[in-house]
Amino acid sequence: MQRKNYENEMLREKNITPKRKQKRNKEYTFVSVFFVLIFMSLIGYLIYFNIEKSEEFINSPYNTRQDTFSDRVIRGKIMSSDGQVLAETEVYDDGTEHRYYPYYNVFSHVIGYDSNGKSGLESEANFQLLTSHSFFIDQMRNEFSGKKNMGDTVISTLDASLQSKAYYALGDRRGAIVALEPSTGKIRAMVSKPDFDPNTIAEQYQYLISDSNSSNLLNRATNGAYPPGSTFKVVTALDYYRTNGTMDGYQYLCNGSITEGTHTINCYNNTVHGAENLYQSFAYSCNCAFADMALRLGGKSLNNTAQSLLFNRELPLETYRSSTFGLSDSSPRPLIMQTSIGQGNTLVSPMHMALITSAIANKGVLMKPTLIDSVQNDAGEVISTQRPEAYKRLLSAQEASVLGEMMEGVVSYGTATSLSGLGYTVAGKTGSAEYDEEGHSHSWFIGYCNTDNPDLVVAIIVEGGGTGSEAAVPIAQEIFDEFYY
Amino acid sequence: MINVIVELSKYTILTLMIVYTFHSFFMVMRQDREEERHHLGRQRTMIFFIDTISFMVIYLKTWNIMVLIYYGAVLIFFVIIQILYRIFYRKASFLLLNNMCMLLSVGFIMLCRLDLDAAFKQLLIVAGVSVFSLVIPVMIRKMRFLNKLTWIYAGIGVILLAAVFLLAQTSYGAKLSIMGIQPSEAIKITFVFFMASMLWKNVSFKKVIQVTLIAALHVGILVLSRDLGSAVIYFVVYLVLIYTATRHAGYLLLGAAGGSAASVVAYHLFGHVRQRVSAWRDPMAVYEKEGYQIVQSLFAIGTGGWFGMGLCQGSPLKIPVVKNDFIFSAICEELGGIFAICLILVCMSFFLVIVGISMRIKNPFYKLIALGLGTEYAFQVFLTIGGATKFIPLTGVTLPLVSYGGSSIASTLLMLAIIQGLYIVREDEDLESERHRKDAAKKLRERNAAREKYYSEA
Repeated sequence: MQRKNYENEMLREKNITPKRKQKRNKEYTFVSVFFVLIFMSLIGYLIYFNIEKSEEFINSPYNTRQDTFSDRVIRGKIMSSDGQVLAETEVYDDGTEHRYYPYYNVFSHVIGYDSNGKSGLESEANFQLLTSHSFFIDQMRNEFSGKKNMGDTVISTLDASLQSKAYYALGDRRGAIVALEPSTGKIRAMVSKPDFDPNTIAEQYQYLISDSNSSNLLNRATNGAYPPGSTFKVVTALDYYRTNGTMDGYQYLCNGSITEGTHTINCYNNTVHGAENLYQSFAYSCNCAFADMALRLGGKSLNNTAQSLLFNRELPLETYRSSTFGLSDSSPRPLIMQTSIGQGNTLVSPMHMALITSAIANKGVLMKPTLIDSVQNDAGEVISTQRPEAYKRLLSAQEASVLGEMMEGVVSYGTATSLSGLGYTVAGKTGSAEYDEEGHSHSWFIGYCNTDNPDLVVAIIVEGGGTGSEAAVPIAQEIFDEFYY
Repeated sequence: MINVIVELSKYTILTLMIVYTFHSFFMVMRQDREEERHHLGRQRTMIFFIDTISFMVIYLKTWNIMVLIYYGAVLIFFVIIQILYRIFYRKASFLLLNNMCMLLSVGFIMLCRLDLDAAFKQLLIVAGVSVFSLVIPVMIRKMRFLNKLTWIYAGIGVILLAAVFLLAQTSYGAKLSIMGIQPSEAIKITFVFFMASMLWKNVSFKKVIQVTLIAALHVGILVLSRDLGSAVIYFVVYLVLIYTATRHAGYLLLGAAGGSAASVVAYHLFGHVRQRVSAWRDPMAVYEKEGYQIVQSLFAIGTGGWFGMGLCQGSPLKIPVVKNDFIFSAICEELGGIFAICLILVCMSFFLVIVGISMRIKNPFYKLIALGLGTEYAFQVFLTIGGATKFIPLTGVTLPLVSYGGSSIASTLLMLAIIQGLYIVREDEDLESERHRKDAAKKLRERNAAREKYYSEA
């Protein structure tokens, strides 16, 4: 018993000091753990930045750092997906370099230029083009002999034959064409006119930037701002579906015009469409029916649906112009009517219309549009491949399917019947967007081919081209023909 | 050819840095003297090679003979400071000294690459302050009355800060300095002394209120001078010291809540705070204006990637005030992201050594001082690196010991000297307690022997 007491006493003596010390330093431990976590979060963020975010900043057109790379690297080639050279750097005997674009004006905006600033893919892929993944022994040899290394080759998603077809189909008219694969987001063609020759950009630059009338340097496909015309009825129809849960049950008797107060909206050529349901009014592009529908839906509801389709929002692109749309419940009723048929204050880029169409064609999911397919070194070994990436679901699969059905109607019995009876199926929507008081209009077509499993989406605008079926629809047919045959 | 050397140097410097970092952490886990000496020696070797290789590369890229002269001067400085410490302070923390030399090295290398004149100026200031600060540990040991000067510290702090607010010219949107000196750097030290002398003995509620009022005065003047970085640092030190002194986590929560509320008020009240926040949210959107700096910094960090561009191969000079507030971005660009991570780890080990010292000190006044100064250091590192990487909004503070800036480097060196002084005091305490312990053990043994004898006899 006494012995036991003695042992306890010993234990207590041993334990007292460390325990007290621990207690006294508890706060210190807490503070140091807290700061260790802070340091770790710094490290974590730096790692995250390097893995996830740095690309975005490296490739920013504001970043001029990579230009110093060109002291040591020859700018790499840009190739089309079908193996054509779209841009390459020629090195002369005296060491001077010249960027050569074999297709001259055909790819002017989408590939862009590399002197007097940068644009297009030349800007977007600047980092890859100026980075060399040559075989390291070659690199060493070049270093020792004072030669430059060869930059990587960027394989673009662009299809040279499709691009050429689109380019010549538009002819010398002004306008823009976008063609992309809805299931992957790969951009197959992108044309904008008027254009320029990237081979002589340096000599023409002053002239080109001073000519504000034709603005040749502007990529109308991504940065154009057009009234959407009747192609906007896709949005109005979607809003109707979202509000009522169905497209059925809507009936309208069209007598060629609709008047609200003192404001009157006419159908094209004052055509009287008579009794029609929603599918029919969409296929015939009946303005009166849609104006009537919009008055029932209200400005706020339309605004919500438009924003869900990325109006007034960021687009998943390097350079673009955000589309603008502005309605609320307090908007004047004539403006709501105008807006529902794509007039009013709405402005949209052809690329944005292509993205909306692409989401409809891809069961509601918008794939991130891309111009780069893969990057290879100068020996053709693949360095990196761009994987298709979903950007966002813009509408439900059900909504996409209903809108697709409506767009098929446009081709089978509506305003684009010239696209029916071909060796492939097409769905789409025409539009004529009035841009002056005399009733001149831009010709629009948005749509896709192979309705069961959409292959290619197009968005086409021909400035001053009249109705959709006059100018834009024939171009769509040429592109689809080229795609399949 | 030179490109090959630069390329290879990149990986060599990185490897040396990684090895150095490992040694720092081995030593935080305390080992016996012999092993410690081994690690310390290794670290000095790493510093020597990093300096040698880096300055050689800069010389090869610039062919400026002054770079070699600078290298020589840096080397001489390090040798002298290491020797002086061995002569005067054999009981100092040599890990702290090594870490200081490492961080100074990184600073000297980057400054030499960015702006040679500034590098010389910095070295001169560092050398001067280091020699002066050799007396500080002695002062700490002798001046036992330091814990009684509470209101003198407070007075100096408030008056000097107020003077800056009233007299200083605005530069980069903030009022910082009078005649090239930034008093807020020096007041970081007096502020900690004030807090510690106020709180070390007893922490009545009345005292907490007094401390809070004086701290609020400091922070308030700094916010009005638009020196947000310093304001936040002072505030965090205040929180940490109140918490450790009172041991009430409640104060921490109360303070954090108060701080958040104050930030919201400041956001709505001051345009410059809103600018910082908007530049942080989306710098690209305000690229032409307040976003420019941070975007350039991110370009630098992104372009550098994991391994960096190599010394003199990037364009860090595109970042405005890169020498001061954005030196970390320049390091990322040229020496690489992995090097930068190692640098953060070295800063962390630096902080842990300081906390370790404060934990082992018994004198409560010194304890609080060491912790306060360590907190200031750690939080400043967080603000500057977090700001440059866009982890948090930019506050415009320097990376201690690395960035260019006389006031900043001088005050950091003084802080270090104070901490070394406290470390030495602690070693004294240890010796004393060691003696006590031995005495006690001896007594215990005698007593036990007597008891054993008694029991066995019984």
